[in-house]
Amino acid sequence: MSGNGRQFNVVGKSVPRVEGADKVRGKAVFTDDMRLPGMVHGKLKHATVAHGRIVSIDVERARQVPGVLAVITGEECAKPYSVNNYKPSEWPLAKGKVVYCGEAVAAVAAMDEAAAERAVELIDVQYEELPVLLDPREALSRDDARIHDWAEHNIGYEGVQQFGDVDDTLEKSPHVVENSFYSSYTHCGFLEPQSTLADYNTGTGLLTVYTCNQLPHYLQQTIARTLDQRMEKIRVVIPTVGGAFGGKTEATPSCLVACMLSRQLGRPVKITYTREEVFHQNKGRHPAHMTMKMGFDNEGRITALDFDCLLDGGGHSSWGFVVMWFIAALTHLPYKLPVVRYKGKRVYTNKPTPGAQRCLGGVQVRMAFESMLDMGAAKVGVNPYDIRMINAVEAGYKGPTVIEVRHAEFKKCLESVASRSGFVEKYGKLPYGRGIGMAGGHYSTGGAFLLYPSFRPHSTAQLRVDTEAGVTLYIGATAIGQGAMTVLCQMVAEELGVDYREVHLVCQDTMLAPMDNGTYDSRLTYGSGHAIKNAAADIKAKLFDVAAIMVGAGKDHLECVNGEIRSIYEPNRKVAFKKAVYQYLSSVGPLFGTGEYTPPQPKGDYDGKLIGPSPAFGFTAQAAEVEVDLETGQIKVVGYWEAGDCGKAINPMSVEGQVEGAISMGLGATFFEEMVVDANGRMLNPNFHDYKMPTALDMPELQTEIVASYDPTSAYGNKEVGEGPVGPVIPAILNAVYDAIGIRFTEVPLKPEKVLWALGTIEAPAERRLHVSSESTYCARRGCAPDGSSLQEP
Amino acid sequence: MKRVIELTINGSAYDVVISPQDLLIDVLRQKLDLTGTKKGCGQGDCGTCTVLIDGRRALACLTLAIACEGRQILTIEGMEKHGVLHPIQQAFIDKGAIQCGYCTPGMVLSAKALLDEHPAPTEHEIKLGISGNLCRCTGYVKIVEAVRDAAARLQAAADCGKGA
Ligand code: FES
Ligand code: FES
Repeated sequence: MSGNGRQFNVVGKSVPRVEGADKVRGKAVFTDDMRLPGMVHGKLKHATVAHGRIVSIDVERARQVPGVLAVITGEECAKPYSVNNYKPSEWPLAKGKVVYCGEAVAAVAAMDEAAAERAVELIDVQYEELPVLLDPREALSRDDARIHDWAEHNIGYEGVQQFGDVDDTLEKSPHVVENSFYSSYTHCGFLEPQSTLADYNTGTGLLTVYTCNQLPHYLQQTIARTLDQRMEKIRVVIPTVGGAFGGKTEATPSCLVACMLSRQLGRPVKITYTREEVFHQNKGRHPAHMTMKMGFDNEGRITALDFDCLLDGGGHSSWGFVVMWFIAALTHLPYKLPVVRYKGKRVYTNKPTPGAQRCLGGVQVRMAFESMLDMGAAKVGVNPYDIRMINAVEAGYKGPTVIEVRHAEFKKCLESVASRSGFVEKYGKLPYGRGIGMAGGHYSTGGAFLLYPSFRPHSTAQLRVDTEAGVTLYIGATAIGQGAMTVLCQMVAEELGVDYREVHLVCQDTMLAPMDNGTYDSRLTYGSGHAIKNAAADIKAKLFDVAAIMVGAGKDHLECVNGEIRSIYEPNRKVAFKKAVYQYLSSVGPLFGTGEYTPPQPKGDYDGKLIGPSPAFGFTAQAAEVEVDLETGQIKVVGYWEAGDCGKAINPMSVEGQVEGAISMGLGATFFEEMVVDANGRMLNPNFHDYKMPTALDMPELQTEIVASYDPTSAYGNKEVGEGPVGPVIPAILNAVYDAIGIRFTEVPLKPEKVLWALGTIEAPAERRLHVSSESTYCARRGCAPDGSSLQEP
Repeated sequence: MKRVIELTINGSAYDVVISPQDLLIDVLRQKLDLTGTKKGCGQGDCGTCTVLIDGRRALACLTLAIACEGRQILTIEGMEKHGVLHPIQQAFIDKGAIQCGYCTPGMVLSAKALLDEHPAPTEHEIKLGISGNLCRCTGYVKIVEAVRDAAARLQAAADCGKGA
């Protein structure tokens, strides 16, 4: 064993995807590609007002359309739902009132899509319009216009976490900086629109649901609870998922409605969203209004943070509770933070509901925190790189919360980007209009506690080994494009010494695979890794009894390599794996192995304590060099560097792909992405034409690096990689723009017109309050005035 | 008014009953079970429905099926020959250019149109060639690499063909 952990044969190799050929041939089956005998089509009717009481729904004309089989409304819905069933507010079809424009109010099933569409148009809904609240700051003051009757001042959730005496520490800190930030309203932007094919079998009472979802076992629970269908009579099957990014963690109304219609008709019903419906379903990132006050000592160590966070929750509950506390938790890393006060609020507004988007909570925190660090560095008089190194956490760090860092190579990440980008040499010294910025980040590798109210294992793996199917892994994991299938096969191959392409994977099916907590919070590879390793150990403990006799070596001295079981000490003493299996099956019986994993569950006694602790944290550092065109306001990213600590990379090629994809999502949010609603709450850009995501031409050259790392708490040394790297993108750019032109932008997206407003080149519209600030230290450091002319002493 | 037309797709002729307003994407996916062509937006913005018509890129979600009579349509299903992947497809697999795979069929076809016209494209030409195809997963780095690699493979195959 080297300093970098275990030696591996298959783990750590950039092998191609097991499902790659299917995908590149157009043979991978996504939900909307499916068709079942007797299948009919469903379509939803959507609200045309953002806030209104439903006075009447007339479905008679819709029923008359030839080919229409069923029309349903909210009256047929039994219960509302939400993530964790905490303040359930959303109905499969709105009941009584609608709280955002685009909410589903009725549904049709028909023989073909055209008939369903015609019928939907003929449904007549009358609303009594109510005040439309679009800004959470306004919604807070409008208790007279509650979006949900039970939500006083429209507050869904609120909470405070306090560690130490913040006011006193800030008072005594030699340097204090303060600023406000606004993170934007973005969409996950997966290319595959949500689709569900529900198939209720009237003979057996089994409801089979094919849908693109990240948490099939959790979805099964939601369906059971919301539609009063017994768990054992629901089977969720996940076909290929065309991107998810958090946006497919929840049941969509269309999924629940397809189930209802199928149950009613006794035949398969498919509902696929249009792109416009995908945008209205939303469940992307929570916009946040944040205020931070941060203190530093004379060396640049952070002394305390006072953090206020107001989240725009849109119409429904969704992941709101989790997001609010996750933002609090993510504040505590990747820098040492001894004294903190967090005040969080999540407020309902009449907009499509934000939910979970890749790097949930991290994007908001990092944007504010990393900007504050640069402001602090300027105030203290240290380099932004040094201030990060001084405060960076290391393995063994435990702050005031229950969050513990068992392994970290964050400093290596910072060192790597600083040296590769030439940060220290460039910072503050590039010509006016050009600048460099840096930011750090981290993310958890799965929470310590289940989304389910239970204490069962978070990950379970079953292995079956025989001469009929070879090696088969049954696991509740769901691949969403991140490459899960390949790395799970690599792990099994590593343990049993077989080719990774020979491993059969049975997953994404609640009936065939054991319960799994789901694909979110970057938990899958870590948890599954432990479970697979344990299941393989179970197999080997059994199989080696027989193999030891065949090989003529002690059972504790055997290993599986290259299709053989051999003695560790005398590799020539060996037997073919298959032969040993054959012998085992004939002499002992069936060969099954089971493994499970549950993360450590630390105890705390503060509000929100269940959210945040994780068995492992991945880290990332990033630097961006930008050029600001002072005439057009265009910002060009001329260099981008990243270094990541994901522990051992099981498949480096996949890791690179995750990081590159994460950065492109971050760049989209920095420069273009924002859902816009008009004064009546109607979304103005529910399409990819006006909601602009990065194309190949928009991407700068990305220089990523996986730093040498091995997390000893992990089955294969691996930990989080796919989410953390989204977080530092916005602040790295904001810090670089500040270095370039001395203007600190505190809102995104950073469109050219905002740059010109800030530069004073053109006048900002009066109603537009732009989040920028400038700091006197900029001029002092650069020895020039904000416009680049030389500084005049007052 | 419905009518029967003949469409030539991946070298085979299909008789299909269509209405004049039927879009090529729906005919491919729903009438012919050629579901490799994806519908990410239905509005001409994402490129997942990219096919080649007479060798040129076209968006199947904006193309009327009736306008394709007498023309050669190539979909992702037509890229492999006798079970052997096209070099572009193989490059996508080997270079890690595939994540969720939803953009992949359209990307591969855009890459084919590009390489047919520019066998040795510059980096910028590659990016331009796939700029009508969104990918939310990869950040395009590995896709650009795959196209570059595919160009080299095709060039090598062509050189080898000349030598023989
Ligand atoms: S589906 Fe045709 S461009 Fe998006
Ligand atoms: S691989 Fe998922 S959109 Fe490109």
